[in-house]
Amino acid sequence: MSTLIYGTITSIVLALYTIGFSLTYGISGLANFAHGALYILSGFVAWSFLNQAGLPFFLSAILAILISGLIGFAFYWGLLLRIRGIALSELIVTFAAGITILELLMWKGFYGIQYSLPLFLRGGVEIKGVAVDYQRLFVVGTGILLVILLWLFVHHTKIGLAFRGIAQNERTALSLGIESDWIGALSLAFGSALAAVAAMVILPMGIMESAIGYNVLIYALSVAIVGGLESTSGMIVASFIIGFGQVITAKYIGARWMIIVPLSAIILVLAIRPSGLFGKFKELEERV
Amino acid sequence: MKAEPILKVENLTKHFGGVTAVLNVSFELRQGEFLGIIGPNGSGKTTLVNLITGFVKPDSGRVTYSGKNITGKMPYTIAGHGISRTFQMVRLFYNLPAFKNLIIPLSSPRVKKLRGGEYGERDDVAVDLLDDMGFERDSFVPYKMAGSLPHGYLKRLDLARAMALRPNLLILDELFSGMAMSEVASTLPLIEKFNAEGITVIMIEHRLRELFRVVDRIFVLNFGEKIAEGVPQEVMNSDAVKKAYLGSEVEEI
Amino acid sequence: MVNLRNLKKGSRLADRDTSYRKKRLDRGIKVRADTLFAISSHREIFYLLLPRVVPVVALLVLPLLLTGYWGKVLVFACMYGLLALSWDFLASCGLFSLGQALFFGFGAYVAGILSYYLHWTPAITLPIATLVGGLLSAAFLCPVVRLRGVYFAMVTLMLPMLLMKMIETTELVGGGHGLSALAPFHNEWIARYLAVVAFLACLFGFRRLINEDYGLVLKAIRDDDRAVMSAAINIYWRKIQALFIAGAVGSFAGAFMTHHYQFVGMSAFALDYSILPIAAAALGGPGTFAGAALGSMILVPLSESLRALGGLRIALYCIILIASVIVLPEGIFHYMERKYHQFEKLVKVG
Repeated sequence: MSTLIYGTITSIVLALYTIGFSLTYGISGLANFAHGALYILSGFVAWSFLNQAGLPFFLSAILAILISGLIGFAFYWGLLLRIRGIALSELIVTFAAGITILELLMWKGFYGIQYSLPLFLRGGVEIKGVAVDYQRLFVVGTGILLVILLWLFVHHTKIGLAFRGIAQNERTALSLGIESDWIGALSLAFGSALAAVAAMVILPMGIMESAIGYNVLIYALSVAIVGGLESTSGMIVASFIIGFGQVITAKYIGARWMIIVPLSAIILVLAIRPSGLFGKFKELEERV
Repeated sequence: MKAEPILKVENLTKHFGGVTAVLNVSFELRQGEFLGIIGPNGSGKTTLVNLITGFVKPDSGRVTYSGKNITGKMPYTIAGHGISRTFQMVRLFYNLPAFKNLIIPLSSPRVKKLRGGEYGERDDVAVDLLDDMGFERDSFVPYKMAGSLPHGYLKRLDLARAMALRPNLLILDELFSGMAMSEVASTLPLIEKFNAEGITVIMIEHRLRELFRVVDRIFVLNFGEKIAEGVPQEVMNSDAVKKAYLGSEVEEI
Repeated sequence: MVNLRNLKKGSRLADRDTSYRKKRLDRGIKVRADTLFAISSHREIFYLLLPRVVPVVALLVLPLLLTGYWGKVLVFACMYGLLALSWDFLASCGLFSLGQALFFGFGAYVAGILSYYLHWTPAITLPIATLVGGLLSAAFLCPVVRLRGVYFAMVTLMLPMLLMKMIETTELVGGGHGLSALAPFHNEWIARYLAVVAFLACLFGFRRLINEDYGLVLKAIRDDDRAVMSAAINIYWRKIQALFIAGAVGSFAGAFMTHHYQFVGMSAFALDYSILPIAAAALGGPGTFAGAALGSMILVPLSESLRALGGLRIALYCIILIASVIVLPEGIFHYMERKYHQFEKLVKVG
């Protein structure tokens, strides 16, 4: 029973990590390898507002989310625009940027026990004999809400459909008057903002350090790839597979082995079925 | 000509999503024959070629070559058996000199086995091949960058590339599209010569007048299905073919 | 509005309104193509050979001049140079690797294991590690050789991380602590020369290989793999061969460093070994090998002199990498080459 509950919580956490990444990719085809770095950066930004500017946590969180969005937008507009469309350069630049952010954070001394964010809700409740704190429930609630919103946005709004149109065929979209530069920048802005939202609810449960940035990137990548890029349902299913995989591994083999699950998942999926579980396009293989 | 067909295509079918590109196409080809495949745009001719040469896997059906089942095999395996093709959108290496383009097929295991060629000779073989195709060696045309050659030359380079593989079956996908009359006039005899030397040829073309002069027989594809087969005159007189090309409204006038 | 009839040469009106533009001229000895030269004097031969000979001679002489700390830097530069050359080779075939550390780690561990458990000397472990490392690299990556660029890159990124974690959690081959007290090189001078010679051999070897027919086919696979397939060439087998070659070179570097440090640990699979080669190749100019070599010769001493900054170094590589990709994609080497072969002068217009 505890496995079921913790597994569900872990899965929703994974989905939260991935939402921003998937959104950016879904809208503009950009795989943002700085996603993890932006996640943890927003945490430190909120911390700075909280502890150095003395602002209340709620306000700090909102500011961190907005700033994340702005950073994402600026990053796209300033740097990525110039290498737009060259997938490998985009990967390299976003990845290098992510590393730069994480290493700079380390170097500036942002590690240690004092770096943590306060919980939104304290206390806990017992569900069927398993102790669950309110924060975790809050995380689950946020996760479900965001996934539903994402689903609705992508599948049912005009804008969402327009975005998917661009992702599939940019030229046609351009000729229809959709400005892909702005949309690209907005996609990264929203993706970063969502990463920050996830950070605000998840980070309070532990201590912040740069290494989390690398892990979050791995988790997001694994969920996105296992589920199949461009598929929201894939993302949900994949988070549960990896989430439960992690919890079961932790319980029966050992907590140290947990990170091996997403890492192996990525490699296995890419080796055996690159388009993922629900991937629609066989774009990943050499098309023969 | 041998009695046993060199190429046997049986009930080849391919769907792309909701579109049926090729439906139950079957035909046989004997060694040394010259077959033409015609049909309106979008009738599935190129898809058929892709299915035979391995670039697309069929949903059902069978392709047999010289008794070997080559259905769904990799393109390089099929090419290794001796089936060579040109592409509708010319696929050349534009930042290499023309003759260097031929080095790639000349480096293949197939050619290595057939020639026992040594290193260093390939450049000469390539230039010789191009000279035979009308790339004047003395004007250094073979040494020019492929990207700087005019369209007609590019098409002939594609043909040279296909021939460099020493195929037994040559499939030409709209080789003459975009070529001037003079270029067609100088290239067609080359293809006839290859056919006379024993190479089986399949030509997909829209330029019917030139095509009919050289082929033994043709068949017509429309919406992925074979609607007629036979000698050019017969086929072009059949109602089904007229309807396919001109549309059924003509009859109602 | 200026009355054009008044624009006579020499008239003051003409001088005020003429503008200048930069005109680039190739030096006389270049003929027809970038690689053909018409030489007609000793001076021209000297001009051509100089940029090739000077670095080679310099590198061959440096091991004698540099000892101690800077001698070590020279060795690092050569080893990272090998990784960068290996990266460039793979990039020439269309295989984009974010995980040079994989090759490095394989070589490092094979050498380390042979040295630790069997007590073999570098003279034996180095060749074996190079070969076995190459085989392991090809074997681990052959399932994903069919993938398109970005996704292949992702796997190369994840594999070293996975191996690092597995070593840590399983505690095999030294686990988190690694294997230490391994055999060093007999002679410091030999070691340094070995590093330099290996580096130069690799540089010139790759340049030669890529210009031969073998390399031509590899580059063609990068440019248009379907055309190569229709020419009856198994592109996947060729790519696996390329992975073996690149993997062997990377493994050599790893094995060398194992004996240099007399230690091997999971840090052999660290991101450092993946990032710096790419930064070096991007800085120097991908596709030229000389660029990758130049890039490592610049970056490694640079990063060593900034040693005090610690973790900031890797941030620096990344910034340089980003800058190179965005601002100067052709790389320093091409830029220098262009400047060397061309000169600019101002030419009047009008």
